[in-house]
Amino acid sequence: MPIVAFPGLAPAVPEVVLVCAAMALLIIGVLRGEGSSKLVSWLSVAVLIATLVIAGLLGGERQIGFYGMFINDAFAVFMKALVLLGSAVTIIMGLRYNEEHQIARFEFPVLVLLATAGMMVMISANDLITLYLGLELQSLALYVVASFDRDSVRSTEAGLKYFVLGALASGMLLYGASLIYGFTGTTSFANIAGLFGGGAKPSAGLIIGMVFVAVGLAFKCSAVPFHMWTPDVYEGAPTPVTAFFSVAPKIAAVALFVRFLVEPLGGLLAEWRQIIVFLSVASMLLGAVAAIAQTNIKRLMAYSSIGHVGYALIGLAAATPNGIRGVLVYMAIYLFMNIGTWTVILCMRQRGQMLEGISDLSGLGRSQPGLALALAIFMFALAGIPPTAGFFSKLYIFLAAIEANLVGLAVIGVVTSVVGAFYYLRIVKVMYFDEPVGAFDRPIAPELKWVLVVTAVLTMFFILMPDPVVGGAEVAAKSLFLR
Amino acid sequence: MSHWPLLSLVTFLPLVGVGFIMTSRGEDAIVARNARNIALSTSLIVFVLSIALWVEFDPSTPAFQFVERARWVSIGGFTINYHLGIDGISLFFILLSTLLTVLCVLSSWNSVQVQVKEYMISFLVLETMMVGIFSALDFFLFYVFFEGVLIPMFLIIGIWGGPRRVYSAFKFFLYTLLGSVLSLLAIIAVYVQTGSSDIEVALAHHFPPDLQKWLWLAFFASFAVKVPMWPVHTWLPDTHVEAPTAGSVILAGVLLKLGGYGFIRFSLPMFPAASAYFTPLVFALSAIAIIYTSFVALAQTDMKKLIAYSSVAHMGLVTMGLFALTSEAVQGAVIQMLSHGLVSAALFLVVGVVYDRLHTRDIDRYGGLVERMPVYAFVFMCFMLASIGLPGTSGFVGEFLILLGTFRVSTLECFLAATALFLGAMYMLYLYRRVIFGTITRDDLRGMTDLSLREKIVFAPLLILVLWMGIYPSSFLVPIRTSVDHLVAQVNAANKNPRQADAGGGDQVNAVIPAKAGIHPSAVREVDQWIPAFAGTTSK
Repeated sequence: MPIVAFPGLAPAVPEVVLVCAAMALLIIGVLRGEGSSKLVSWLSVAVLIATLVIAGLLGGERQIGFYGMFINDAFAVFMKALVLLGSAVTIIMGLRYNEEHQIARFEFPVLVLLATAGMMVMISANDLITLYLGLELQSLALYVVASFDRDSVRSTEAGLKYFVLGALASGMLLYGASLIYGFTGTTSFANIAGLFGGGAKPSAGLIIGMVFVAVGLAFKCSAVPFHMWTPDVYEGAPTPVTAFFSVAPKIAAVALFVRFLVEPLGGLLAEWRQIIVFLSVASMLLGAVAAIAQTNIKRLMAYSSIGHVGYALIGLAAATPNGIRGVLVYMAIYLFMNIGTWTVILCMRQRGQMLEGISDLSGLGRSQPGLALALAIFMFALAGIPPTAGFFSKLYIFLAAIEANLVGLAVIGVVTSVVGAFYYLRIVKVMYFDEPVGAFDRPIAPELKWVLVVTAVLTMFFILMPDPVVGGAEVAAKSLFLR
Repeated sequence: MSHWPLLSLVTFLPLVGVGFIMTSRGEDAIVARNARNIALSTSLIVFVLSIALWVEFDPSTPAFQFVERARWVSIGGFTINYHLGIDGISLFFILLSTLLTVLCVLSSWNSVQVQVKEYMISFLVLETMMVGIFSALDFFLFYVFFEGVLIPMFLIIGIWGGPRRVYSAFKFFLYTLLGSVLSLLAIIAVYVQTGSSDIEVALAHHFPPDLQKWLWLAFFASFAVKVPMWPVHTWLPDTHVEAPTAGSVILAGVLLKLGGYGFIRFSLPMFPAASAYFTPLVFALSAIAIIYTSFVALAQTDMKKLIAYSSVAHMGLVTMGLFALTSEAVQGAVIQMLSHGLVSAALFLVVGVVYDRLHTRDIDRYGGLVERMPVYAFVFMCFMLASIGLPGTSGFVGEFLILLGTFRVSTLECFLAATALFLGAMYMLYLYRRVIFGTITRDDLRGMTDLSLREKIVFAPLLILVLWMGIYPSSFLVPIRTSVDHLVAQVNAANKNPRQADAGGGDQVNAVIPAKAGIHPSAVREVDQWIPAFAGTTSK
């Protein structure tokens, strides 16, 4: 019996740690029973931060493990950092909400940990098999989390809808992957990329496979026309879960999308660029127009997130290091803006009841000036108005688009951003121009307050110190083009 | 004093005031009083500092002065500098911004009673943005200020405005945003072309003619909305009517100048070929703006709307003068912008005075005010005459120089523009007659009180400046002229068809008429000098 060399685990240490910790926390939760939710939650946050530190210590050196199936590079580290931050903060944000809605079970943080592990595998995928493994680990955990409020019809409906549509998307992705394997004879990203070296014409089967995988990934990051699940799931899922959905899985899906198209399929740029341009234009248009008529703030944020994916995809369409840098900067800033906005939404409660109507924000500028100021900052940022961080995210994207000569795409982008500005401004209008209808419950939970202050300060004062984020994104983006 | 970061100080000191206002706590009345006092003292300090800019300014060079430069974003190939500096063109716009902020704070002392703290914060933030726009020498820095100005203005209109304030605030924001995002793309394209976001680098760069046209159009979309030029002026009357008095003052006084400033700072020097190509378009739109909006103004029943339409007409003169691209016309356009900044701001304050007392802007509700408010009638008359362009007021100098410069380029355009003087006199005198003269028919008009001391203090500096600029314009023209000459020479050299061939004829005109205009002899000498100087000047 031949001795198989032990696979190189080094690049996957953060994932290994995370998964082991998740198991351990599961055991702790089972042993200590129902009351352990708070403990497990805080421990999960600690685990996520520890994983972040380990990922940081591991560094952005390009390392390949598991016989070439798993890769760690600067791109992976950057995206994992965003995902881990997003997951950690959403666990903190959910603490009080879950307690008050009697859904404070220790499974919630554990499921978030498992989903996060899946996302990290997605980000580091260097093989079609790893890609699918990561994606499914993430998705299965997310389906459960979506229907976590199991006694609520809306939440279970959201979970079911997400599961059915998500399974369909996974099926398409898997079908595409099998086509790619069938026509190239390999699942390894490195080998697929090698096919384009000699200037050989790619086979039609490979292109069709790529399209199917792209459809599956577009579904996961809710790009139009594969966005249908987003508003319903966002509205139905418990608010902290929605906040989680709108950041970490989205960032992971975009990261996977970027890696899959740029690394193995960089040679098919001419083919996939059309797809990305279409997805991008459709998402920006729909995100801008459909949100106008919304009265529920969770649905509004769903359409807003669809629109934002459209902008991020502009950078991918450019497919240059600067374009990918734009995507990374965009996702980083999007993380802060979005977490902040969702924190404000979590603060929208009167006499213990959660409110979701935009009109419930009326007069917030007078009844709770601090909260209103924070939300106003986030809204102006989401609309991309300087001097907030949101402006810079769009600036780097449009810069890349113009450099890559995608002027038409950039023009559509800025015009839809003006349409989109309308509904962000509407929230500012409701808060500041309308008469107060009644204050929200006070005091705001201390952990929410901290999240709010930190995200608001980062969003507002990003302008003073853009270099750390942009610099990290620059290194990360370049690492994708080393091959 | 030049080793001081004076320009940064002027730009960002208002934010320090904002910090102080934000930290003030306590009862509403105390907070409001503190906010007013802090806002007033901050804006006064900033104004005094900005006067120091004028004193220290060296009018003999067209180069940028008070330059400050620091790294801001420096990653990979993408560098943005924090780069400030002013020349003769931007100097007075900064002074205008800082002066009007002080007057706005003063004029809203009693008329704003709700959310005073937020109001004062908005105005101070607005001041930072305005000064930043005029002093930024980096495209992205410029754009941050240029678009950032929308946020405080949106809040000012929406929170403290009139009954249809929400509609107006949205219209203002989205209209101008649509224009400015297109200019953002143009800015990015300029960056990609030149490899630098530095305005000075871009000014010296030669863009290919085809690209020039596209970029010119993208910038035009932004600046034409700001000016505003016909037919994209429709946001202005709505916004003015609903904005609080001080909001209208800033809007008319400074924000409308951003368009003209943009043309003179970017469109003309960077895209000389495209500017020449599109000059007929600008002339046509300007002529329509002047004549059409003057007639529209004549038909208004709302005082603020009337002044808003007159602003469109006056700004039509400005765009015409800018694109005539003779030194006189461009100088005239800058002076006209400054003059309009003072006069229209003053006229909105004039309307604000009676609005505070009677809470209506309907012209028919007034009449015979001269009996109860003689000082008010006098102040109103001065600004009304300045708006018409009576010699001896600032309005005359600008209009005259514009017409003079345009005459050399196109007599037809000059003729069309000259109707502005006539039509302007028509609607302004008509307004004045209906409001001030006639007999008092209503009881509430009999109870009106004349200007208070605070109101007199608000009007005094404006009145002095309007007369100063009218009687001795060379205080202002000397710094402006150096920069304008440089600009015109640069553009004409790039286009290789100087419009100044008829220099001899120009001399005579200059020699005779400025004297009549009340321009000081030293100014005439200066005006004479620029023509020979021009012939020897070559572009960079």
